Amino acid sequence: MRVGLFVTCLADLMRPSIGLAALKLLEQAGCEVVVPASQTCCGQPGYNSGDRAAAQALARKVIAEFEHCDYVVVPSGSCGGMIRTHYPELLADAPDLKERVAWLVNRTHELTDFLVNVMHLEQVPGRFDGTVTYHDSCAGLRELGVKSQPRALLSRVPGLALKEMQQPEQCCGFGGTFAVKYGEISSRIADQKCQDVESAGADALVLGDLGCMLSIEGRLRRRGDRKTRVLHVAEVLAGMSGEEIE
Amino acid sequence: MQVTSQQFKQAASRKLADHKLQTALMNARGRLVAARARSIQELDNFEEIRQAAADIRDHCLAYLDVYLEEWERNARAAGTIVHWAESHEEMNRLVLEIARRNQVRKVIKSKSMLGEESGLNEYLEEGGLEVRETDLGEYIIQQAGENPSHIIAPAVHKSKDEIADLFAEKHKRPRLTEIEALTHEAREILRPHFLDADMGITGANFLVAETGSTMIVTNEGNGRMTTTMPRVHVAVAGIEKCLPTLEDFSLLMRLLARSATGQSISNYLSFTTGPKRPADKDGPDEFHVIIVDIGRSRVLGSALREALRCIRCGACMNHCPVYQNIGGHAYGWVYPGPIGSVLTPAYVGIDKALDLPNAATLCNQCGVACPVKIPLPDLMRKLRERQVELRLRPGGERLGLKVWAWLATRPRLYALATRIAARLGRLAGGRERLIHWLPPGASQWTLGRDMPAPRGRTFRDIYAARRRA
Repeated sequence: MRVGLFVTCLADLMRPSIGLAALKLLEQAGCEVVVPASQTCCGQPGYNSGDRAAAQALARKVIAEFEHCDYVVVPSGSCGGMIRTHYPELLADAPDLKERVAWLVNRTHELTDFLVNVMHLEQVPGRFDGTVTYHDSCAGLRELGVKSQPRALLSRVPGLALKEMQQPEQCCGFGGTFAVKYGEISSRIADQKCQDVESAGADALVLGDLGCMLSIEGRLRRRGDRKTRVLHVAEVLAGMSGEEIE
Repeated sequence: MQVTSQQFKQAASRKLADHKLQTALMNARGRLVAARARSIQELDNFEEIRQAAADIRDHCLAYLDVYLEEWERNARAAGTIVHWAESHEEMNRLVLEIARRNQVRKVIKSKSMLGEESGLNEYLEEGGLEVRETDLGEYIIQQAGENPSHIIAPAVHKSKDEIADLFAEKHKRPRLTEIEALTHEAREILRPHFLDADMGITGANFLVAETGSTMIVTNEGNGRMTTTMPRVHVAVAGIEKCLPTLEDFSLLMRLLARSATGQSISNYLSFTTGPKRPADKDGPDEFHVIIVDIGRSRVLGSALREALRCIRCGACMNHCPVYQNIGGHAYGWVYPGPIGSVLTPAYVGIDKALDLPNAATLCNQCGVACPVKIPLPDLMRKLRERQVELRLRPGGERLGLKVWAWLATRPRLYALATRIAARLGRLAGGRERLIHWLPPGASQWTLGRDMPAPRGRTFRDIYAARRRA
């Protein structure tokens, strides 16, 4: 089974360990993983900023890069949601692409969803000694229905105990360019997420979207919390975090 | 009401720093969300009802002309005097004319968002009438000289202590501290006004075509008194409020109160079908309904049409992380929160509310709570697209997007640019791996947050090196 890994532009630039962890998980699950070298971004920043033409150009590029794969896997609910939920509307006025878009939509999965629902993964390589709390990212949860999948996988990590926060489904305030256009509001919303995380009292916050990670970790550190680790679910499942790969 | 949505950013900033407001918002936060969550559990097929409600609203909007004419025929047959108004000014003028013809001096009002839109109270007061808001929340903000900050809980931004101070000052009575006592005092003050008012003004939650009725959903009983006690009753309603049948109404009603306050049904549902008939004990001698367009038909023919499904429950704002933190006033017009971020630019002009559709995380907590499934984030995105088409975005942002799109479609250059950015970011992060300051364009990030620094190498470089090894 040929699986195309869509690394996402944020993970590529900010936290490559997420891509490496996703790669390891997919390979260990028995997939033949291809990583198209020309990939950049799914187009969401343009789409959500009202620049439809830029978003369309990038959507076409993604389709061309991944259509030789059996599946496309994305370690992000946000980028996965962009492809699955929004590409059909974004490319609606390009009838020549209709079938190719439909194909991509049906074959694209968020990483944990793919591991649970397509690969039926039973064992994960990672180990984590401590408690974690899980934040549901908005797009993963509300566009793709990613809720039980990461929890099911985390429950298979030896040593790990999940402690839910009060409102795991509440938005963290990131919102893409919202975080830089309305920084004050954005960081206030992030602050409430931090309070919820801290009340849960876990050793680490785990989540599936790097945008939320940057926002929540950034606010945690500014609040003076140096202790709560912030990890991507792929890193935990694969037993890799940023430090080890450098 | 005057539109101040262009000052959204500054207003939001003030609201975030307003301790009293933050306390009030913190107390309210989650209360309505939890109440709704509990009450929709009573329905075993909530999602099906929601879909049916959305379908009913779409059907009404598709055949609006047919149902409005049917409503008008039935309303006239029941003795209702029907007026049509295209603008806020026309609506205000019609109300004042009706008042003057009937020698009205005092008006009591039940809550009407349309009345807020058109500044009806001020207009009537300038015309020499005394106008009393009778909904408790509206009464409070009228006393305080403020605008509503929520469509169903207009005074939600005020704490009990603020209201206690306000009542003591305005009522010139000893300061009370218990909510029940405060409510009782407001009731005592309002009672004589109900008794000697000449005219009652209400909005309308729905117009029911098959019976020609207007109907209002209330909790305090003030609406019932406003529709029945004064000699003249005037209801104002937007054209989009029309429903074909009572059956449709009952389906929507299963969702409205639950979505709004978590009640299975509101305390009062008042239908008005014509004025007092000879055998009736009470009711007005004259019943006027003013049906207004004011931008609705324009929205009906636009890409934002789904916003007209709205049944004004307020769930979208209750569930909005932005609204939860800044309250309703910062939005700068009548409708705050996600629905306001769509309706305000749609009704007052896209260039008069540039921030609103952008000041949202697109988390869709609103969309999944909406009882009529309005795709609010999609509508906000359409407004963002329109702003770009009309070149209404700031130059820096346009340039930034251009550069990003240019690079992202040129993989080799993109790889080079990100390689450099990853290294610079690593350096900027220092030993802590945290960036405390970002340059203009991204500087707002670091107002209240650090930026976890990149690790020095991009995924693509690490991956390529591994493949070579």
